[in-house]
Amino acid sequence: MTDHAALELEHVTLRIGGAHILKDVSLSVPEGEMLGVIGPNGAGKTTLFNIVSGVLRPTEGAVRLAGADVTTQPVHRRAAAGLGRTFQTSSLFPALDVLENVRLAAQVREGRAASVFRTPRRTDAATRRALAALEEVGMAQRAGAGASGLSHGEKRKVEIAMLIAMEPRVILLDEPMAGVGSADVPALTEVIRGLHRGGRTVLMVEHHMDVVLGLADRVAVMHHGELLAADSPEAVMANPTVQSAYLGSAA
Amino acid sequence: MDTLVLLLITGLGLGALYFLVASGLSLIYGLMGVLNFAHGAFLTIAAFLGWEAGRRISDGTWTGLAISALVGILVGATVAVLTEVLIIRRLYERHIEQALVTVGISLAAVALFEGIWGTDPIYTDRPAWLTQTTEILGARIPNDRFLLIACAVLVLGGIVLFLRRTRYGLIIRAGVENRHMVTALGIDVRRSFTLVFAIGGAAAGLGGVLASVYYGYVSAHLGSVLLIFAFIVTVIGGLGSLTGAAIASVLVAVLQQFANFYLGGTGDLVVVVLLAAVLLIRPRGLMGKAA
Repeated sequence: MTDHAALELEHVTLRIGGAHILKDVSLSVPEGEMLGVIGPNGAGKTTLFNIVSGVLRPTEGAVRLAGADVTTQPVHRRAAAGLGRTFQTSSLFPALDVLENVRLAAQVREGRAASVFRTPRRTDAATRRALAALEEVGMAQRAGAGASGLSHGEKRKVEIAMLIAMEPRVILLDEPMAGVGSADVPALTEVIRGLHRGGRTVLMVEHHMDVVLGLADRVAVMHHGELLAADSPEAVMANPTVQSAYLGSAA
Repeated sequence: MDTLVLLLITGLGLGALYFLVASGLSLIYGLMGVLNFAHGAFLTIAAFLGWEAGRRISDGTWTGLAISALVGILVGATVAVLTEVLIIRRLYERHIEQALVTVGISLAAVALFEGIWGTDPIYTDRPAWLTQTTEILGARIPNDRFLLIACAVLVLGGIVLFLRRTRYGLIIRAGVENRHMVTALGIDVRRSFTLVFAIGGAAAGLGGVLASVYYGYVSAHLGSVLLIFAFIVTVIGGLGSLTGAAIASVLVAVLQQFANFYLGGTGDLVVVVLLAAVLLIRPRGLMGKAA
């Protein structure tokens, strides 16, 4: 094997006090896959995301990004190394306009040596990437709007445009449909499908089962901090352990 | 009428000084959550070293003053960056320790300056024009007020352009709103911290030299006095808001002048009452972000 998986978790365990928040989670996400992560509240989904993105450090185990061990790297290093994420709450900067928000993300890809006083003109690489990303999510016509005036659905789209502009290897979507009105769900689902079609690797935590089952190549099921199964949507739905632990209790 | 004009323009001049200190305080607090009590020390050291450099080369002339200003700006920025890199950087997110260490620096700095330059104010020579007056609407306005106002307007314009038009300006504006989110984007926001200290220190340094022009002396306590009002201005304007700091600087200084003249020298009291009123009615300040 010369090709590494885009993201690998090896025996990741998190204990806080005496409690096991995550128990020995191992998971490998190949390049280009969309993996849905489901599980009841408190199953450890968001904790798993926080460990992958670097907000939390596991007590044991390792996190690898394209083969490189990033377990001890801080958030901004991982992000610069190609890990992008959205949050359950909005991550937009309300005082900036839409284009400025996306351009900020695009700047991550610029060289570190870029001058302090350099002006981001419209022709700048970062601005061009920001505009292209807004185009991809269908928000280009709102580039000049203030971020605080957007609807929930529009905010999510701009957040995804920020991810695109960062050109990440792996994208983590933390409940992208949270707070989005049901009328906006289909359009947002299409934006996420577009992300995936672009060949990007995507991990998504989401409560809307139909969204997860419709989009994901594989579904990982978390329960009480353990990974119960990671399989195709059909296989997961048919898995008796999953049914009793999660789907059964949800019904 | 002439008294009104005099008080107004003198208030604007004093407001200019407050703004030069408050702009840095507000940006530093807004971006990093650091209440920088050492900011007055940046101003004082810049005033002393600016004066020392200016008088050696050309005392009491425009050239001398220009050299003072240049040295003051460089000293302010350098001392601020050193403070950030050597001390504050080690205490990120530890706000109580940061406040304690900057209070310590400010106290030690005053003692150090008194040790070097003595406890009495040292009167300085200024270009002749600055000691004269210009008549506006019947009021004889000391010319130094115009210099102060012009400098503060230039600094305000420069910082606004920097924040609006440059890539680091964008990072700083975003960081003032939510620095954790900027980090999550993969931007090492700490690089901007140093930059904000440099900008704030440079503005305070210029403020130090201009304060010595306004008061006509340099003293180890120059920074401490201005810092108190700059903090009040920063809180009234809204922590983190540059525009708020500019508006509040003018408001506080003009009010202070009027109260001193018409209400029997109660300027400082009136300012503190204004601060209390703002804190009660609008705790985040005139233009501050929601807490």
